[in-house]
Amino acid sequence: MTKLIIILLSAVFINNYVLSKFLGICPFLGVSKKLNNAVGMSIAVIFVMLIATAATWPIQHYLLDPHDLGYLQTIVFILVIAALVQLVEIVLKRYIPSLHRSLGVYLPLITTNCAVLGVTILNNSENYTFIEAMVNSLGSGLGFLIAMVMFSGVRSAIEGNDIPESFRGLPVTLVAAAITSLSFMGFGGVIENLFA
Amino acid sequence: MEEIITAVIPVVIIGIICAAVLVTASKLMAVKEDERFPEIRECLPGANCGACGFAGCDGYAKALCDDEDTPINLCVPGGDGVSESLSKLLGKEFAAAQKQTAAVHCSGDCTKTQDKVEYKGMESCKAAKLLYGGKGDCTYGCIGLGDCAAVCPEHAIMVIDGVARVNKSACTGCGICAKTCPNHIISLVPANARVTVMCSSKDKGAVTRKLCSAGCIGCKKCEKTCPNGAVIVKDNLAVTDYSKCMECDGAVCAENCPVGCLTINFQ
Repeated sequence: MTKLIIILLSAVFINNYVLSKFLGICPFLGVSKKLNNAVGMSIAVIFVMLIATAATWPIQHYLLDPHDLGYLQTIVFILVIAALVQLVEIVLKRYIPSLHRSLGVYLPLITTNCAVLGVTILNNSENYTFIEAMVNSLGSGLGFLIAMVMFSGVRSAIEGNDIPESFRGLPVTLVAAAITSLSFMGFGGVIENLFA
Repeated sequence: MEEIITAVIPVVIIGIICAAVLVTASKLMAVKEDERFPEIRECLPGANCGACGFAGCDGYAKALCDDEDTPINLCVPGGDGVSESLSKLLGKEFAAAQKQTAAVHCSGDCTKTQDKVEYKGMESCKAAKLLYGGKGDCTYGCIGLGDCAAVCPEHAIMVIDGVARVNKSACTGCGICAKTCPNHIISLVPANARVTVMCSSKDKGAVTRKLCSAGCIGCKKCEKTCPNGAVIVKDNLAVTDYSKCMECDGAVCAENCPVGCLTINFQ
């Protein structure tokens, strides 16, 4: 149990996918302008990370590993995740239209987002069991949510300021992203010592 | 050669399985979309301004598909042209679009009210508003730095003597200015509205009177004299119900207003 909590917390804070591993920067910069969109996107990411892990873990352990096909990992994972997200979109549209309306825009955007692919691949390189892998995905998704919500706050604070012409738009956003990610360095070493 | 085959075959098989699942799913769970939807959507201007009261043009088109009773004349920027093409498409009777124009509910220009501070910050109402609620004495009124004029796509707003004024012939009724104004004193009113209240102050009469000689003091004279009950004083401020106001030929309320904050629109 302690191990699961450590995995969850370290995925959220220390190994934060956006701010420490620099994966999923595209939605991080693209959709963080408004808090509503940022939350919607993050929930879609959590959702896709969970189902992607649930689908790719068995593929890795029952199909690729026994047949020494480990080198096909990336291409097979992309294929499966893309198809899965598409399928989920179709199912949502048919049976839960309200959820489709709120998540629908974001689902195709993260079909094979590098954060999603990164979670599934790292789950295997860390040799997690199925439960551990799912917990890690949940933690990674939550970490993404925290990063997005924090950064959308930072961005709305930037908007109201008088920024020098040459820094307007993306440059100042990137500087702000760098400083935000520095703040997460502070978590280094906290979790290991928490349960020591 | 053998390695290539052992690599390609699993990927191809997984691809085919995925494709088969997706094709069956999209066939089995297809959601029927109204055939008229794209055509209706095509008629609308696509400005997504929300003046029709729905969430953008898609929302209005969907409402037109789903609900037979949705009026076809709600699109303000599209005007009669859109209404006409919709009436052809849906086989409904043509109805003239209700033209709306923006109205700035403030008449406190520099002769009627004073500034309480000398403002030297950014030339923006939004910024000035953050500083003690604006530079003027009245915190409800027009700040006069022209945020509305800057966003108006038709350049129909000008700040004259410290108060924004709308050029009604150029205004398309898109309502962008109403959303921009930090004091929310701009609203869309029917273009043929007879009487508009030119004040937004919710201060008590005595307070308003001290700050601005053109402010509504909430004396209820208009409410008492209006034959149709179209003007009501709420929170120390006269408010017009335009649907009732149209039935009136005169302008008794405006003639009786002691401060002159009700203006008559001559058509």
